[in-house]
Amino acid sequence: MTVMSVSRLRRLPRAFVFGAAILIASVIVATFPSAFAPYDPLAMDYVNLLAPPSAAHPFGTDNFGRDVLSRVIHAYTIDMQIALFATLFPFIFGTIVGAIVGYVGGVTESIFGRVVDAVITFPFLVLVIAIVSVLGPGLINMYIAIGVVGWVFYARIIAAEVKVQKRLDYADAGRAMGYTHARIVFRHLLPNAITPAVVYWMTDMALAILLGSSLGYLGLGAQPPAAEWGVQIADGKNFMATAWWISVFPGFAIVLTGLGFSLLGDGLAEILRGRK
Amino acid sequence: MTEPILSVRNLTATFGQGASALRAVNEVSFDVMPGEVLGLVGESGSGKSVTLRSLLRLLPVGGHVGGSVSWHGKDIVRMTDAELRAVRGGQISMIFQEPMTALNPVLPVRVQIEENLRAHTQLDRKGRNARAKELMDLVGIPDSARRLDEFPHQFSGGMRQRVMIAIALASDPKLLLADEPTTALDVTIQDQILNLILDLRDELAMSVVLVTHDLGVVAATCDRMAVMYAGRIVEEGDVTQVFAQPRHAYTRGLLGSIPQAGTERSMLLSIDGTPPGLAAIPQGCAFNPRCDFATDICRRTRPHLTGDGHRAACHNSDAVIAAGSPVKKALSHV
Amino acid sequence: MSDTLLSAQDVSKDFAFGRSLLDVVKGAPIKAVHALNGVSLDVKRGETLGIVGESGCGKSTLARCLVRLHDCDGGRVVYDGTDIATLSGADRRAFNTKVQMIFQDPYSSLNPRMTVRQILSEALRVHNMRPKVEIDARIAELLDLVRLPQDAADRLPHAFSGGQRQRIGIARALAVEPEVLVADELVSALDVSVQAQVVNLLLELQDRLSLTVVFVAHDLRLVRHISHRVAVMYLGKVVEVAPTETLFKAPKHPYTQALLAAAPEVDPTRRTRRVAAKGELPSPINLPSGCLFHTRCPHAFDRCVSDVPQLTPRRPGHVAACHLPDPELP
Repeated sequence: MTVMSVSRLRRLPRAFVFGAAILIASVIVATFPSAFAPYDPLAMDYVNLLAPPSAAHPFGTDNFGRDVLSRVIHAYTIDMQIALFATLFPFIFGTIVGAIVGYVGGVTESIFGRVVDAVITFPFLVLVIAIVSVLGPGLINMYIAIGVVGWVFYARIIAAEVKVQKRLDYADAGRAMGYTHARIVFRHLLPNAITPAVVYWMTDMALAILLGSSLGYLGLGAQPPAAEWGVQIADGKNFMATAWWISVFPGFAIVLTGLGFSLLGDGLAEILRGRK
Repeated sequence: MTEPILSVRNLTATFGQGASALRAVNEVSFDVMPGEVLGLVGESGSGKSVTLRSLLRLLPVGGHVGGSVSWHGKDIVRMTDAELRAVRGGQISMIFQEPMTALNPVLPVRVQIEENLRAHTQLDRKGRNARAKELMDLVGIPDSARRLDEFPHQFSGGMRQRVMIAIALASDPKLLLADEPTTALDVTIQDQILNLILDLRDELAMSVVLVTHDLGVVAATCDRMAVMYAGRIVEEGDVTQVFAQPRHAYTRGLLGSIPQAGTERSMLLSIDGTPPGLAAIPQGCAFNPRCDFATDICRRTRPHLTGDGHRAACHNSDAVIAAGSPVKKALSHV
Repeated sequence: MSDTLLSAQDVSKDFAFGRSLLDVVKGAPIKAVHALNGVSLDVKRGETLGIVGESGCGKSTLARCLVRLHDCDGGRVVYDGTDIATLSGADRRAFNTKVQMIFQDPYSSLNPRMTVRQILSEALRVHNMRPKVEIDARIAELLDLVRLPQDAADRLPHAFSGGQRQRIGIARALAVEPEVLVADELVSALDVSVQAQVVNLLLELQDRLSLTVVFVAHDLRLVRHISHRVAVMYLGKVVEVAPTETLFKAPKHPYTQALLAAAPEVDPTRRTRRVAAKGELPSPINLPSGCLFHTRCPHAFDRCVSDVPQLTPRRPGHVAACHLPDPELP
C-alpha cells in the first residue's frame, strides 16, 4: 500500500508536487504562526530600529524595531485568508451562475454576455479600488469588492464549458430519463465542466494575494499595524535605500506563495486533462 | 504469370522505442497485381490503415517502417526522400476517409489539383489548366469549369471525395491507395464513388488497394482480399473463395456477424469479446481468446499463413472449413 | 387501431438558423432546416419498427421527437392515446419511464464521472423503481441482463469498450422498465463483430421483456435483420412503410429501390456495376417542390414536380408515396 502510494506520488506532475508542498507548508505556517515566529509581530523594540539581518533577527527589523521575520510569518495568516476568502465567493457564485447560463442559453446568455463585457471593459484593479473607496477600506470590504467583480470570470468559464457538455448525449440521456433540469445541470454537467474553473481558481488565489497586498500597500486592504505583506512593503517604502529588508522579505513571501498556487494550478490542469 | 506491381514483404510498423515499442503492423506480406483491386479488411486497431500508410512511409512522428516494399524494382522502405517524393502522389496516390480534412480548406480546388500537376508532370500553365478541368470531368463533377474555383467547403461529402480522387489522379498513378474512402458517405453516394473507382481502374489500368471495415464493400468491389487481425494478415485469397469458404475462424466470425437475407431476427454468429489492444496481444494465435475453434496449440504457437493462393493462418483450418461459410448457409436458405 | 402504442401524426420540425439584428431589421425570411416535413407513423405494441434512411433524412430527429427530447413544431406524438406534448410533472416523468432512448455514441452517452452503479442507481432512485434496500440487487440483475460482469458496477465508463458501453446504455434504459425502446443508430459506432453481439442482445431482451422497439439506423442489412416492419425516410418524410419481407423483396418507391440497389451485397458473386441513384441529396433548407425525390428519380414526370404524393396503400400493410402505382426497377 505504502509502496503503491509512493509510486503514485512519483507519477504526479512535478509542478503539482512542488506547488502542493509550498502551499501545505504555507497553510501550516498560517495556522500556527506563533509556533514559527521567534517574536511577537507587534512588539516594538526601540533599541533595535532598522537593524539589518543578523542571527537574532534573520530578516532584520523595521522602523519600529519589529522583527520582520515574525511579521512575515504572521502575515501568512491574513494573506492565506485573503487568497481563500477573496476567491471562494466568486468561485461558488460564478460557478452556479455560469452553469445556469450555459444550460439555459438563449436570451439569458445574451444578457450575461453584456454583463461580462461591461465588467471586462474596466481594468480589474481600478474597478476594485473604486468599489473599496466607496465602501471604505478594510478586509471585509475588500472581499466584497473582489467578489462583485471576480465571479464574472468563473461564470464565463463555466458557461462555455457547460455549453459544450450539454450537447453531448449523456445530457440528453438525462432528459430522456425524466431527470429535473437542476439534477442534469448540477449532478451531470457541472462535474464535467468544472475542471478549467478549478485550475483558474488556483491562479486566481495567487492573483488575490497580489491584489490584497496591493490594496494593503495602498492602505485600502488590511490596516496597520496588522502584519500583512502589502502593508509591510508599504511600511518599508521610505527606507528602501537604507533598510531594503523591510520590503524585500515580504515581497519574497508573495512571490513564493504565488509560485505555489501557480504550480499547483498547472499541475492540477495536467492531472485533470490526463484523466480525460 | 504476370509480375506483381507492388510486392510487400515482412512489413512492420513500430511506434516508440525499446521495451515500450508497439507493433501496429507485424510481418505483413502481400502482392498487388496490375489492374486488380485488393481489399485490406479488419476492425479498428487491426493495423489495416497503418499498413496502407506504411507502403508510402506516411507514419506519424515516432513511427518506423521495416521490411520491404518493392515498387518497380526499388524498395520504398529504403528510398531517399527525393525518390520517395516522386513516388508519393506520383506513381502511387492516396485518398482518405474524410476528404474535408485531407483537402486544404483555404485553397480553391483548382490550386490543389494544379499543385499536384506541377509536382508530377511537365505540363505548362495552360496545359495544367486544361488537365484540371479534364480530371474534374473524369471523376464526374458536373459544371467542372466553374466548380474548379470553389473551395472544399462548398462541395458535398460525395463531391469532395471526387475532388480528392481527381487530385490523386492528376499524376497518372499506377496504384491508388484508398483508406476507407466511402466510410463517411451515405449508401447511395458510396455506391457512386465505388463505381467511380472501378470505372477509373478499368479506364486508367490502375491497381487499387482498398482499406475498409465493411465486408459488403469488399464483396462489391475487390478481386482479392486480405483480412487483418491484431497487426497481421490472417487470411488472404480471392474474394469469391474467401466468402464461399473462409479458412480462418476470425474471417468466418466476421462474415457471420453480418446480417444476411433470410435469417431475419435470428441470433447472429457473433464473436465474443473485443479486438485486443496493441499493448496486450495474446500469446500464440492473437485470436484465440475469442475463438470457438481454439485448441491448446492456438494458445501456445502462432500459426503461419499457409496455402497456395488462398492462404490462412489458422491451426484449425480444417474445422473452420468443415463448419462452412455463414454466407453460403444464408444463400442456400433463400 | 387498438394495438398502436406510439404514433407520430403529421409531425414536422424545423431548426431555424440564428438571425442577425440586420436580418430582422431587413425583414429577411427566417431560414431553417426542415428536418421533418409531416411524418405519420404508427408503432405497434411488441413489434420492432425499423426506420431507415441516409444522413439528413430526419430519422434521428424523429427518434428524438418520439421520446420528447424535441418538441414538434407541427403535428403530434401520441403515446397510449395521449398527446405527449400535453404531459407535465409526474405524468411526463411517467412517460419518460415508459419510452426510453438508447443513443448512438457510446463515448458521449454516459457521464464520464459516474460509475456504472451511480448511473443505474440514479435512474432507480429518481423514479422510485425499487425500495432503497433492493437497489443493489436490482443493479446486479440489470448487469446480468445485459451480460456485463458484476465487477463492472464500480468502474467508470472509460474502463469499458464501445460495445460494453452500449450495454451500459441499454441497462440504464431498462432500469426504468420501459415499454418502448427507441434505439438511434445503436451499433453504428461499433466494430462489426461487436455489432453482432449487441444486436443479439437486443433481440433477446425484446423477447424476454416484451419490448416494443423503434430501431433507427442507416444500415439496411441491420434494419432488415431486426425489424418486423420498416419505414424508409427521405428528406424529412416517410416515403414507404411495409412489412420487412415485402419492403426488401418488392419495394414500391423509387427511392427505396435505389437505396436497396446501392447497398453492397455480401455476396461477391452478385455484383452490379450500375449506379443505383444519380445525383445528391437536395438542400433541406430549400426543399424541392412536389415529390422530394423527383430531382434524382429515374421515373420523374411533370406531376412529380407539381404534386406532393401521399402515402397510399399498395398491399396489406404496405404504403408508399409515389404517383406511379408500380414503378419498375430500373
